[in-house]
Amino acid sequence: MGASITIQNAVKRYGKDTIINGLSLDIQPGEFFTLLGPSGCGKTTLLRMIIGFNSIEGGTFRINDRIINNIPTNKRNIGMVFQNYAVFPHMSVFDNVAFGLKNRKMSKEEIDRKVDEILKIVKIDHLKDRMPAKLSGGQQQRVALARAIVIQPEVLLMDEPLSNLDAKLRVEMRNAIKRIQKQIGITTVYVTHDQEEALAVSDRIAVMNGGVIQQIDTPARVYQRPANRFVSNFIGLSNFLPAQVHKGGETSLRFHRNGGYRISIKNLSPDVQDGQIVLTAIRPEEFVIHASGEEGLKATVQSSVFLGTATHYFLKLEDGAEIEAIQSADVWEQIPNGTMVCLRVKARKINVFTEDGSQALIVREENL
Amino acid sequence: MRYAGEKKFNIWTVLTLILLACFLMFVIFPIALLLIKSLFTGGQVNLSYFAKFFMRKYYWSTLVNSFKVTIVSTLIACIIGVPMAYVLRSIKIPGSEFLNILIVISYLSPPFIGAYAWIQLLGRNGFITRMINMLFHVKLSGIYGFSGIVLVFSLQSFPLIYMYVSGALKNLDNSLNEAAEMLGCNAFERVTKVIFPLVMPSLLAGMLLVFMRVFSDFGTPMIIGEGYKTFPVTLYTQFMGEVGTNDSFAASMCVIVILIALMFFFIQKLLGRKFTYSMTALKPIQAQYAKGGKRVAAYLFSYLITFVAALPQLTVIVTSFIGTINGSLFNGKFTLDNYRNIFAKGNTIAIRNTYLFGVAAIIIVVICGILISYLSVRKKNPLTAVLDTLTMFPYIVPGSVLGISFLYAFNGKPFMLGGTAVIIIISLSIRRMPYTIRSSTAIIGQISPSIEEASISLGASQMKTFLKITIPMMLPGVLSGAIMSWITLISELSSSVILYTNKTMTLTVAIYSEVIRSNFGNAAVYSTILTLTSILSLLLFFKLTGSKDLSV
Repeated sequence: MGASITIQNAVKRYGKDTIINGLSLDIQPGEFFTLLGPSGCGKTTLLRMIIGFNSIEGGTFRINDRIINNIPTNKRNIGMVFQNYAVFPHMSVFDNVAFGLKNRKMSKEEIDRKVDEILKIVKIDHLKDRMPAKLSGGQQQRVALARAIVIQPEVLLMDEPLSNLDAKLRVEMRNAIKRIQKQIGITTVYVTHDQEEALAVSDRIAVMNGGVIQQIDTPARVYQRPANRFVSNFIGLSNFLPAQVHKGGETSLRFHRNGGYRISIKNLSPDVQDGQIVLTAIRPEEFVIHASGEEGLKATVQSSVFLGTATHYFLKLEDGAEIEAIQSADVWEQIPNGTMVCLRVKARKINVFTEDGSQALIVREENL
Repeated sequence: MRYAGEKKFNIWTVLTLILLACFLMFVIFPIALLLIKSLFTGGQVNLSYFAKFFMRKYYWSTLVNSFKVTIVSTLIACIIGVPMAYVLRSIKIPGSEFLNILIVISYLSPPFIGAYAWIQLLGRNGFITRMINMLFHVKLSGIYGFSGIVLVFSLQSFPLIYMYVSGALKNLDNSLNEAAEMLGCNAFERVTKVIFPLVMPSLLAGMLLVFMRVFSDFGTPMIIGEGYKTFPVTLYTQFMGEVGTNDSFAASMCVIVILIALMFFFIQKLLGRKFTYSMTALKPIQAQYAKGGKRVAAYLFSYLITFVAALPQLTVIVTSFIGTINGSLFNGKFTLDNYRNIFAKGNTIAIRNTYLFGVAAIIIVVICGILISYLSVRKKNPLTAVLDTLTMFPYIVPGSVLGISFLYAFNGKPFMLGGTAVIIIISLSIRRMPYTIRSSTAIIGQISPSIEEASISLGASQMKTFLKITIPMMLPGVLSGAIMSWITLISELSSSVILYTNKTMTLTVAIYSEVIRSNFGNAAVYSTILTLTSILSLLLFFKLTGSKDLSV
């Protein structure tokens, strides 16, 4: 029942400012697709262009090959869940959910049946006659979700639906949303600025910045093989260290500003030149801490935070760069502040970008 | 709530008792006196005055007239005010802030000035009437009676409906609108199914205020009603004509008005409780550019209505510069004679009194407002709850009734307050008190108690905390409310016109008596001064609060 969404060369302008300039996107039927990015990156703008609350200044938007650019919102058959729920405060739960069905001129019996069915799916059938003022945030969210999907839209849009909930409820609701989405198989476009939420619910994620899509990939791919410096630091955390490429026999990277520690690397792109300066992106868990004097990056422990499953160390390298490394809890001893250590790098996992961070220089695993 | 170590009987209890005594004296005592006068004659229960009122058509028909005028005017006010609010909130109209100010000003001027200005335009000898008669060779006799009263009241009242609905629309989140659109509603259905039901509670509150205002206003029907007598007119003439001789009949009529006002107050409470939604808009409705015919219609509608609403003010200001024959007939020549008449001849006592009484009343209202709201929010106990309820009483007592009851209560011994400035200042303060207390209570509700507790934990006493922390935090909100109170106070007529003497005449009373004496030149000057004061105060309010929205 899901529909595909195809966006080609979308353009959005507010007055003279161009927010989105030539963005293209393909969303598969039944897919849970997330637009992720910092606030102001244009993700909500794009979502509102899909439903029709924002005008489209250029490009084509298609749902199942039907161009929707000039179809008014109330004829587009798209459901939406709003950031602040937008549950009608003057209607009971039942009336809220039945609202869209009544506009579709359905018989009363059919409306009753459909509302009951959907309220069971979102698990609030016991609250049918309540007024919204008597509902908790999570319950209102479920009403908003039920109201949006009961009209059987071709596409479901969600605009930061969990941002008004507390942390615990957020996790509970995001699991509920994912379960319901899979159960009814509806194509869903989800907007969030919370990377953890995006990783948890999505089939694919589009990371946006400044109106431009930086990368579209599965959650695991986006995390493991970010397309550029922005993505590698927006999804999770990366330490950025410059290094020099040495070719010949075995390709290796030399951290020329930190004592010349060398790691061999197998999956570097073939067009990289010998002697080229590159930027490595190393996640905190991709360091291994060894005692001083061994081979590796020399560093001094500045401070540490014990978090149960792991200990986070904040260290200073020889060139003054401050980095973060994680040691998992299977090591018992805490390293005291001021200790000199050596850091080794898990070469297979790290990412390498051009010096300006704009392009990945790693050959992706599926191409090897 | 009492803090540890606090005595049961402390400074706050003393303050509560003092305030309670004041309200008993100036609110409960006069009204109780009215009730006694209407029910008892010579120590015997005597309902003959109520019977007289309801037996004679001459009397009860005025009540019917009042209801007719009030209901029709309130409905017309809604028919104009609701679309006006919606148009200005949803469609971008150049100069809409200016329109907003004009609408507010036309609401703030006393209704009877509108009545007298419309007579200048549409009356027997009115400017527009004469033009139409000349152009079309007809003999129109001008707008008086029922239609005249309704015209003035509708134009005077729609701004209030406009302000209430506009405020509600501001709190309506646009995502509700968008949600309805996504669920298949077209523009018309969105208004009828979502927006209208959600602004309904505010509309009802606004309607009640309009209803009470129109129902108890006597200046307008007095001036433009001619033969069409409404209840407040009859009450006024009964009282003014027969003071001393038939107190009890006037008192009975006062009781009838209070009962009617009370009834509407409770109906509104009941309806209001049934449909109250707390809404805060993250993304309010944005005004958008309209296209084509819709745009033309929106511009035309909003500008035309605002123009008609502001027309009385305009007429008054223009005529203040036009010379008169014997003070009553305008001769059409521009001159400053009218102003010379007032200022050169030293007829400025009304102006001085208005400022003096207004400022004095505002000081009383602000001090009582802060104290009472603090006591009823922070020092909740049965005594402060009684105080809070008492302060709401003047809300339902019409001005003329308050004036009459004050005269009964304080004119003679032992108070001897009749004809003094004190009695006018107190009546002005009492009339404005409920509004100020409501707004102060809202302001104090937004201050977290932990701020005061922080001060106490740092060693300040409760009194010091109140003076150094609570009052300074409340002050900006209270002061901007005080400016609004000031504007309302200086345009008050119905109680002052009963309590004044020549020495304690205020601007509104002066305008009224000049109009009644057909001294239109002087009336125009006094009105212009009043209007200018209101406009300047309003601009000051906008400047201080930095907002373009009013809460009444």
